[in-house]
Amino acid sequence: MQLAEVAGGGNPRYLSHEMKARVTVTLKTGILDPQGKAIEGALKSLGVGGVASVRQGKVFDIEVDGTDRSRAEAALKEAAEKLLANTVIENYRVEVLG
Amino acid sequence: MKAAVVVFPGINRERDMARTLKLVSGTEPQMVWHADTALPAGTDLVVIPGGFSYGDYLRCGAIAARAPIMDAVRAHAGRGGLVLGVCNGFQILCESGLLPGVLMRNAALRFICKDVYLRVERSDTPFTRGYNAGQVIRVPVAHGEGNYVADSETVTRLEGDGRVAFRYVGPDGKLDPRWNINGATNAIAGILSERGNVLGLMPHPENHVEAAIGPTDGRGLFAGLTQHFAKVA
Repeated sequence: MQLAEVAGGGNPRYLSHEMKARVTVTLKTGILDPQGKAIEGALKSLGVGGVASVRQGKVFDIEVDGTDRSRAEAALKEAAEKLLANTVIENYRVEVLG
Repeated sequence: MKAAVVVFPGINRERDMARTLKLVSGTEPQMVWHADTALPAGTDLVVIPGGFSYGDYLRCGAIAARAPIMDAVRAHAGRGGLVLGVCNGFQILCESGLLPGVLMRNAALRFICKDVYLRVERSDTPFTRGYNAGQVIRVPVAHGEGNYVADSETVTRLEGDGRVAFRYVGPDGKLDPRWNINGATNAIAGILSERGNVLGLMPHPENHVEAAIGPTDGRGLFAGLTQHFAKVA
């Protein structure tokens, strides 16, 4: 109720509609990943069992304006193509989490 | 030779580069800020120097490659203008699509700062005319991400078209995994664009140009460029 009152007071941040989204960037198969290899070696030397291999990637948590999912997906795809991923060596996946 | 040196936030080799260009060509280069949208009128050569643009955030050179000035650099290259990228400059050229492939983390994961030997693969380009084909030169490297990678089709095309300008070799000019310091595909240290007017290389020829400091093997690259433009003019 307290929140509703604040919102009623016109807090634009509270009133704005945003969706949470995630872009995951991973190395393509066949691209050597020395960082992943080093992490794999460290896990093995720590005695963590059952680790066969490690590939390192990146996760971008993004807040998107509006509530139009397909528009958000298109914008995130553009972001990934233009900047977040280097498609020479990386794949990406876009998820709108709502 | 009218050279323009592009400066991005986080670049730190631009003064070495400017000093060498002045020393060898006799003409002071113009410094161009990343947020500018045009190159100085009459620019012959665009140089993207080394450093750590944008702190190497995201991927080395990724953010710089999308800076406003890069449209002007692309247009310059599109007209056949010469573009030289050294170290981070090479990474930026790859990220901008002006050169194919990508510079990955060094195979041994360490930052490498030392002199290396390079074999000049051809002398018939504006960038390498100051050397003989097959000549071995000694120049320094200073990078953590210099491991050149491209898909096998691209590498085959680069090799077939003679677009590998420099390779890491031993002092005798022979290929040996020991001397391929960062694990680069085919020991590639520098490549040319399809038209041969864009060169990217990881080592720093601009740091070996004065006898008072050490070897002067880097001088040939800048002397060759100066000759090229003297002849064109």
